Amino acid sequence: MTTIAQGELRSSWTAIRKWYQKREQIFSAYTYLLPTIISVLAFIIFPVVFSFYISFFKFNYLSPKMTFLGLQNYIRLLTSDRFWTVLWNTTRYVIGAVPMGMAFSLGLALLINRKLPAINFFRSAYFSPVITSSIAVAMIWRWLFDPSFGLLNFFLEKIGITGILWLGDTNLAMWCLVVMSVWSGAGYNMIIFLAGLQGISQEYYDAATVDGAGSWQSFRFVTLPLLSPTTFFVFITGVIGSLQVFDIVWLSTNATGGPMGTTRTIVFYLWEQGFKYFDMGFASALAYMLFFIIFILTLINWRYTGRTVHYQ
Amino acid sequence: MEKALHRQAMMGRFFQNLILYIVLVGIAVIMVGPFFWMATTAIKPMKEVYIYPPKFIPTRLSLENLLEVMKLIPIWRYLANTAYIAIVGTLGQLAVCTMAAYAFSRLKFPGRDLIFTLYLGTMMIPFGVEMIPLFVLVSKVGWQDSYQAIVVPGLASAFGTFLLRQFFLTIPTELEDAARIDGAGRLRFLVTILVPLSAPALTTLGIFNFLGRWNEFLWPMLILRTQDKYLIQLGLARFTTQYTSSTHLMMTGATISVIPLLVVFLVAQRYFVRGVILSGLKG
Repeated sequence: MTTIAQGELRSSWTAIRKWYQKREQIFSAYTYLLPTIISVLAFIIFPVVFSFYISFFKFNYLSPKMTFLGLQNYIRLLTSDRFWTVLWNTTRYVIGAVPMGMAFSLGLALLINRKLPAINFFRSAYFSPVITSSIAVAMIWRWLFDPSFGLLNFFLEKIGITGILWLGDTNLAMWCLVVMSVWSGAGYNMIIFLAGLQGISQEYYDAATVDGAGSWQSFRFVTLPLLSPTTFFVFITGVIGSLQVFDIVWLSTNATGGPMGTTRTIVFYLWEQGFKYFDMGFASALAYMLFFIIFILTLINWRYTGRTVHYQ
Repeated sequence: MEKALHRQAMMGRFFQNLILYIVLVGIAVIMVGPFFWMATTAIKPMKEVYIYPPKFIPTRLSLENLLEVMKLIPIWRYLANTAYIAIVGTLGQLAVCTMAAYAFSRLKFPGRDLIFTLYLGTMMIPFGVEMIPLFVLVSKVGWQDSYQAIVVPGLASAFGTFLLRQFFLTIPTELEDAARIDGAGRLRFLVTILVPLSAPALTTLGIFNFLGRWNEFLWPMLILRTQDKYLIQLGLARFTTQYTSSTHLMMTGATISVIPLLVVFLVAQRYFVRGVILSGLKG
């Protein structure tokens, strides 16, 4: 065989080998992705589509009858007082929990972002409420908020305030939930802020000090701006998470939605309609409203984060 | 002169640190105090729980609350159930996500990056939307009141896949080529080389996952009907709705439910912290 023919033979073998490798990779890929693909199809795609579908029907999974309602579920939702109350309740919760949570977490992060002996002990202590389950959080705070025997009323009485009903009070009930949320979630965001703070190069602070900046000015003009990606992330995830609050609502109010329904939040309302009254079509319409809100927020998040990544 | 100034600076720093520590401890009291209050309420005799003003230091410690809780609900059974689900679920998810992350990071196939981005996109779908259809689906296949319904839907995780993929991308491809030359196939490489190398990432994801499953409430509440199968959070919640006014019992239950995770936390702290930071990076 001549060298040219040998070369051709070799190159065609290489081509065949490459073709085989490509096929093999694709085959392997699908094999390794199989559980994930099945899972996504069955547990994400199907539910999302089916949810949309049944939101146009009167649907109760126990009975086979499904009545087509067109947009009635949505109309009923948008014209019901309860929906707007629920939306307002949830908004109150978000407005309470997110800024306070962020400020508190940032404060904690600033506090422990220093090299003091035993600082790690405090870090762990501040993080520990994060690992408690919502039931434990709800029960502990219910007891602390107890009107007759709770510690909070005990301390308040010492400064002359008496008779607060906390979770039983229509005005205060939501604030109790906000407190629970801030207490149990602060440690989590504290760690995120801490990572953000530690990512700020010391040079910026040195430059600021050279320019004569005091600690408050350093904070305002160095820390805050450079922390803004982290802050934004904490904010958006906080809002998206808070919009979906359920556990502590259910557990603190014994599944009733609070005094005069003042703590009835969106997901709680969803659960009520879907699993207490089994009006699943209606509940699905509500779920899609929630999805819509969160979708917009997530888009904003992705847009902003995408931009800041380029900025850096 | 210098020495006096130096001493002044030292004094200033000392007071600054003192105030810092006071603040640190004060906040620690707020964060950890409720746990102590819960625990002391659990070990107080019932009479000393419902008194006003509250008694901070019990006159005697007693386990009678615990004994009564044990009589009313199979709390140890609940803990065992939860441990089982948490471990199985976590291991399962680690396996599924490892495989998927391997495919997304090491294999070339058409549409790979697009599919991955779409997969990440599914993270923004709120559980509220999936809740009802998932429940219907699970009931129709006969999985109501079963552990499959709790574990299987959680096996694939976009977040976990993302995390592991990030990690795998940092491992040089030469490693696999070398293994290939030595005669190891993909699976062999995955199991004997890639997984041990990824131990820190896997442990972090695993601990995080374990925490989430242990504390899960909503989904198990919808699915499980037989009391013997209850998980700890669900069991406690049902217990609470039944015995609302028995705070001493509730506090005991809560204490029991918190202890296992607290132990895991104390042992594996840095993994928790790392997990939190990693979840922040994804943004």
